[in-house]
Amino acid sequence: MENAAVKFDHVKKYFGKRQGLFGKTSLKAVDDVSFEIQKGEILAVVGESGCGKSTMAKMLCKVYEPTEGSIYVNGMDVTGHTKKKEVKRFRKEVQMIFQDPFGSLNPAHKVSHIVGRAVELHYPELTRAQVRERVVELFETVGLTPAADFMEKHPNQLSGGQRQRIVIARALAVKPSILVADEPTSMLDVSIGIDIMNLMIDLQKKEGLTYLYITHNLASARYMADRMVVMYAGSCVEQGSTDGIIESPLHPYTVLLLSSTPEPFREEKLEIHAAEDLPDLTGDMNQCPFSGRCPRASDRCRREKPGTYIIGDRQVKCFLYEHAKEGDGPLVDVSIYQGKEL
Amino acid sequence: MENREIVLSVKDLNVRYTADRGEVQAVTNVSFDIHKGEFFGLAGESGCGKSTVAFSIMQLLKGAARIAGGSIQFNGRNVLAFTKEELRTFRWEKSSMVLQSAMNNLNPVVTIGSQLMDAILAHEALPRRAAQERARELLKLVNIDPARIKAYPHELSGGMRQRVVIAMALALRPDLVIFDEPTTALDVVVQYNIIRRIQELKRRMGFSVLFITHDLPLMLEMCDRIAIMYAGRMAEIAPVERLLEGGAHPYTRGLLQAFPSLVGPRKELRGIPGSVPDLITPPAGCLFYERCAHRQEDCLLAPPALEDLGGGHSCACRHMLSKEVG
Ligand SMILES: Nc1ncnc2c1ncn2[C@@H]1O[C@H](COP(=O)(O)OP(=O)(O)OP(=O)(O)O)[C@@H](O)[C@H]1O
Ligand code: SF4
Ligand SMILES: [Mg+2]
Repeated sequence: MENAAVKFDHVKKYFGKRQGLFGKTSLKAVDDVSFEIQKGEILAVVGESGCGKSTMAKMLCKVYEPTEGSIYVNGMDVTGHTKKKEVKRFRKEVQMIFQDPFGSLNPAHKVSHIVGRAVELHYPELTRAQVRERVVELFETVGLTPAADFMEKHPNQLSGGQRQRIVIARALAVKPSILVADEPTSMLDVSIGIDIMNLMIDLQKKEGLTYLYITHNLASARYMADRMVVMYAGSCVEQGSTDGIIESPLHPYTVLLLSSTPEPFREEKLEIHAAEDLPDLTGDMNQCPFSGRCPRASDRCRREKPGTYIIGDRQVKCFLYEHAKEGDGPLVDVSIYQGKEL
Repeated sequence: MENREIVLSVKDLNVRYTADRGEVQAVTNVSFDIHKGEFFGLAGESGCGKSTVAFSIMQLLKGAARIAGGSIQFNGRNVLAFTKEELRTFRWEKSSMVLQSAMNNLNPVVTIGSQLMDAILAHEALPRRAAQERARELLKLVNIDPARIKAYPHELSGGMRQRVVIAMALALRPDLVIFDEPTTALDVVVQYNIIRRIQELKRRMGFSVLFITHDLPLMLEMCDRIAIMYAGRMAEIAPVERLLEGGAHPYTRGLLQAFPSLVGPRKELRGIPGSVPDLITPPAGCLFYERCAHRQEDCLLAPPALEDLGGGHSCACRHMLSKEVG
């Protein structure tokens, strides 16, 4: 079988955190996460702030090394490689698109220079004319047409959406096979952001790019991705097809997240009052990370960490599904949160 | 709707900012009414003037800003003509405001209880004990255990801090509470919790709400009526039901079609091409012209005026869309 474009195999990332005078605890930013992204697929990672989404993105881009576990890119284990040459080869495979199109471009340079630099860096053999030709091509690929209208501008002369297109053009300059997009539209107005999403989908279709798409917005995950991973407190609590999860979420946290997301066209209106306690990332390893908030938590959930249970194409980390079989529906719905208070 | 009591009436409001390159026409000829007990939303994309309208109502505009015309009536009285003393009572007692960053503006070295009591005692001559009792009640109101009255802000989660700020805004039982992006910095579960709480308090206490956000799905879920601004002007004001059918203004239509949905068939969405015109040298005709899919030559004559369509619905466009147009 062909290798997956990206594979996380029991990946953990703990950060040291000093506590009191003597103790040292670790913050479990990512705790035993496994998933695959097939070539040419968009996988959405969904979850709230602090759940470990960006740490996953940074590990895939080799900003951090995992504490444990392995990350494979196109079949190659990239964990631990720190030699300059290897890192450079790796960068040609994986590129990142950041959240902030304002902060990620140097205001002192013309945008043609910014994109041109990235081309030169990875293709030093190209002549100046060839670099320029490639820059024009990249501008056109990301919808900045005619390129000549934009080449001579500085980032501050462009709108937020245009800047994000420059960021994408710069990422594409090295012809990566995988793009990591961390909330790429959250700082843009929707009427602009949706076209950035369309551009990314377009690139997936035309150039066969693979994406790890990070978002806190379930509706945009559904728009972009066929499959998604739902994160809570460093754990991947549920994964499967986006449509499947949105139609019938299994994990109690997914149920909570979905019912809290505004959706004016939803038939039934929900009346829930959910607790809003933030998860404790330094907490006990030996429990379900959601057990503190979960209305269905049992003693076992507080003593033991649930495994990953597989139900059809879905994976869920919750004891309720320990004995579930393919075809079984959700064992909880939003009513478990009815009347719950902080 | 129309014969209900009007709490706030903004008429032909014009606000200008002085900038290096000239005057920014941040708000131009904006008019709307908010009724008693109404949950009124003000939507639109960044820079369209939403916050400027809110700050004008509260008379909190800073240095570079100036109200260049129009009127703001609150319970029939002209806010723009208030004396300093009248303004002091107006803010907090009649009308209060919760900002996105408010939860970070709580004093970090003072307990939340003291901060609530200070807000109360600044406006009402009460014995301290009574003020403390009120502070406890307020905490209960926003669903925080009154036993936490001695907590410092950093001991609370972001969502709880924002609810303390809401409690403060409600401390003097105002008639109007303005929320400017109160939940934008919060996670959706927390946001949901806070929004439900605001709705519940509104039902119980009967105040009116002016709610500002760029999150249209959120607004469509909770408001009675929504005003949509574009480039400093009012594009459309409509009851939520009308907007769910698509809205009459091409900009409203474009905005509604740019939000991905959780339900229904997955369909390709389109953004609105182009960008907002420069508000220092705005074009002569409709400000949406450059980006509008329905423009015609006459749109260039002058910016269209807001036209009353009845039933709480008004729209500023020469070629309004009917419900059927997709
Ligand atoms: N102090 C200022 N000096 C000059 N121009 C200003 C100033 N404050 C705001 N503006 C301009 O006035 C217009 C309206 O701004 P305002 O902050 O009211 O928009 P908004 O709708 O609240 O936007 P957002 O959604 O980003 O909060 C914008 O063009 C903005 O750039
Ligand atoms: S007036 Fe004309 S340009 Fe303006 S929104 Fe209406 S149709 Fe479009
Ligand atoms: Mg604002």
